[in-house]
Amino acid sequence: MLNELVVKRLKAIVGDTYFRTDQEALIAHSYDGTPMLQSLPEGVIYPDNTEQVSEIMKVLSEYKIPLVTRGSGSNLCGGTVPSLGGIVMVMHRMNRMLEVDEENLTATVQTGMITQQFTTHIESLGLFYPPDPSSMKISTIGGNIAECSGGLRGLKYGTTKDYVIGLTAVLPNGSILRTGGKLMKDVAGYDLTKLLVGSEGTLAVITEAILKLVPPPKTKKTMIAMYKDLYGAARTVSKIIENKIIPATLEILDNPTIRVVDDFAKLGLNRDMEAILIIEQDGDPEMVERDIALITEICKAEKADGVQVAANREEAEKLLTARRSAFTALARLRPTTMLEDATVPRSKIADMVHRINEIAKKYNVTIATFGHAGDGNLHPTATTDARDHEEVHRVEQAFAEIFEAAIELGGTITGEHGVGIVKAPYLEWKVGEAGIEVMKGIKAAFDPHNLMNPNKIFAKETRKRVVVQHG
Amino acid sequence: MANTTIAKKPDIQHTNPISRSLLAKLDYDQLTNCMRCGFCLPACPTFRETGVEPESPRGRIALMKAAVDGLMEPDQQFIDQMNNCFGCRACEPACPADVKYGQLIEQARDAIEDHSPHGLPIKAIRKAAFKGLFPNRSMWKLVGGSLAFYQKSGLQKIARGMGIMKMFPQALREMEGILPEASSQGVVERLGTFYPAKGKPIAKAALFKGCIMDVMFAGTNVNTVELLSHAGFDVYMPKGQVCCGALHAHSGEMDDARELAKKNIAVFKELGVDYIVSNAGGCGALLVEYDHLLHNDEQWKEDSKWFAERVIDVSALVMEKGRVPSFEEPKKEEEQETVRITYQDSCHLRNVMKSSDAPRKLMKSVGNVQYIEMNESDRCCGSAGIYNVTHPEMAGQVLEHKMVHANDTSAQYMLTSNPGCLLQMKLGIEKHKPEKPMKAMHIVDFLHERIVGAEQEKN
Repeated sequence: MLNELVVKRLKAIVGDTYFRTDQEALIAHSYDGTPMLQSLPEGVIYPDNTEQVSEIMKVLSEYKIPLVTRGSGSNLCGGTVPSLGGIVMVMHRMNRMLEVDEENLTATVQTGMITQQFTTHIESLGLFYPPDPSSMKISTIGGNIAECSGGLRGLKYGTTKDYVIGLTAVLPNGSILRTGGKLMKDVAGYDLTKLLVGSEGTLAVITEAILKLVPPPKTKKTMIAMYKDLYGAARTVSKIIENKIIPATLEILDNPTIRVVDDFAKLGLNRDMEAILIIEQDGDPEMVERDIALITEICKAEKADGVQVAANREEAEKLLTARRSAFTALARLRPTTMLEDATVPRSKIADMVHRINEIAKKYNVTIATFGHAGDGNLHPTATTDARDHEEVHRVEQAFAEIFEAAIELGGTITGEHGVGIVKAPYLEWKVGEAGIEVMKGIKAAFDPHNLMNPNKIFAKETRKRVVVQHG
Repeated sequence: MANTTIAKKPDIQHTNPISRSLLAKLDYDQLTNCMRCGFCLPACPTFRETGVEPESPRGRIALMKAAVDGLMEPDQQFIDQMNNCFGCRACEPACPADVKYGQLIEQARDAIEDHSPHGLPIKAIRKAAFKGLFPNRSMWKLVGGSLAFYQKSGLQKIARGMGIMKMFPQALREMEGILPEASSQGVVERLGTFYPAKGKPIAKAALFKGCIMDVMFAGTNVNTVELLSHAGFDVYMPKGQVCCGALHAHSGEMDDARELAKKNIAVFKELGVDYIVSNAGGCGALLVEYDHLLHNDEQWKEDSKWFAERVIDVSALVMEKGRVPSFEEPKKEEEQETVRITYQDSCHLRNVMKSSDAPRKLMKSVGNVQYIEMNESDRCCGSAGIYNVTHPEMAGQVLEHKMVHANDTSAQYMLTSNPGCLLQMKLGIEKHKPEKPMKAMHIVDFLHERIVGAEQEKN
């Protein structure tokens, strides 16, 4: 229970309406998009501006109350579940577009803005903001920054971190930190902007961001290639890159995913195929035509069973819809869907898919795989039922082994979803003891009392590695 | 590899009576299927107005599950939150996991109704409305008759002048101003129980005439029959049909809804028709789910399935199965400006009956008319059954936003497919006065007036 004085002081900052401790508010902020995680906060606060956030942090610091900052709560790593209680800060009211600077090609926004509203506005001005996480209809810019979200365009355009060039953030003691600026070059000290991107709410509350915009590509073409052999698809991915083509999108769906997506979106896909690649190239028309032609040749050389270039935008959108809805469509198979984002160097994608299939068989679990093949970023997705504890345990064992496999292949435990609670026990596998020590040092420098999203990123104990061998 | 040994529902003995009912009535599989991805949030009108999680489908499902799981005691706030939902079901097409939110919210309201905390006066009104008025044809005729008398006799003017209406809540007073002329002469009184197809009959269609439709919009029912006849259908208007039960189901009076459903199924089954045609999205959406409504009733399983499979909206039937008549706006003079029309989806027609293309195709087929798609035409107008009466403030906000988009179309006609939406659009036009005059009409009435060749036939 919160101290009465704390409640009074927080209400004085934001007004009675915007600080809630009622049952409904607590229940509705006890979860996020991650399965099987729920924990009640003690209060929910909705700030309106950076100054209010600063005042709130001063109160929380004084009373050593933990804080979880959140946007729409669509993340998949348990990043916004208030596992130690405390206050949940919802950023939705801070959703204003502060400025679009067309001379410098930057946009300044409050971080509670919905990603899609942001990109729609930017595109209406004839500009382009490439990061496009699958949840963009509801995710916020702040959530994207906190998790360093990727998306389908990551291969060619990079991820959120490549577009954040300045931040306003409130430190746990209430000080307001401003990093970067409308600057394409800035080496004044440590790069705090990049440090805060992907920091998962564990260092500061990010309230405003300066985002880099780019001119939009003139045209875009979308195609799909279908394979009876999964490895043929994986080889195609490597070959495309070897041929020095960087497509805007290079996505893979495996057979279980194809079936589920087809049920959901009614696209008339060939349900017997083992893999589909969804490939998009954008840019100047001549270059796009040339690349798509070359990619088509590569697909055929790797024995693609059918190659189809979308005739128009409508067809293209349909193909992209298939990919965008893959994660959630899988939820139709079974009640609970556990999706991870193990990532390997793209040259290892065939090996990784092979390993995932073997591991799924070993633990007798259903795992469908899709993902950003061009980034080496796969989404092995297990479908299960949270009420079946025995099966869920096998799924967890399978995932532990998948993380292990990814690291063995020179990859990482998470490419774009973040560590949160779910992958905390595996972080040391990736960054090593020294890495953990440095990260903990950084955490302590920002947040000496461990109030900012505690219990995330750093686990009490590291999981024992399933297989101890290094290549 | 589904494991059949797992418990489908939590094994809890709730002391709270509402929790007990929720545990008994809520489909726990559906609660589990919600994986909390949040994709429903942008589709939800109450989330959009308030921006707070509990006012969203994901939030409400989390609240239901928390109550069932024993994580919380359902209190008045919980009850209010379940009633805050419009029931527009826009969240369902947005849900990739196919969670049946509409069923969950009705189950929750049903559980709440078991322990209704309504005070006596509200209970009495609900009882009169749900048990007396909606199911009862003769009651509606009486209402229709007295409303018609009230309107025709000039009493309406006097009442308005004396400010009697001021004694009613604001929302009802506003509605009173836009109510159409009621009539005790329903479609059967005007056309009988059968109306033959023009030309060779394609199939047998039966009109589900609805209770509000047949009193307030009897003319629309007549036009529906004539339109169907032009499109090649023999039309039956069976006696003995009753209220669809939608308002009951949405308000948690599930048992009453089931009783009405059985009466309707029996009437239409006996007639053995090919299609059961609705011209009100709100009714059609429940009719098309009669199989779900009665899924626990072995005796009615087959017949309710038979019924549900035949339910279709008038626009869909004409467009997809009929001989689509030619429609044309008569040109009075050469220089006449093209008539601009726009359309407000009925949420239930779009999200539950999944019919959004057919009405648009019909409207676009009308000669000398320009169809303009209204921005966010797929979003609820705020009518939502009787929501605009029970939650006037929220409904008013939604309507205000809706009318901004309506005005942007500069349309002369705002067409809809449901009586509630139609009244709400009339109210919107009355309250927010578009710059150019705009008239709200049922799509059937608009089309009926423009059937090419219909006039000659009459003469």
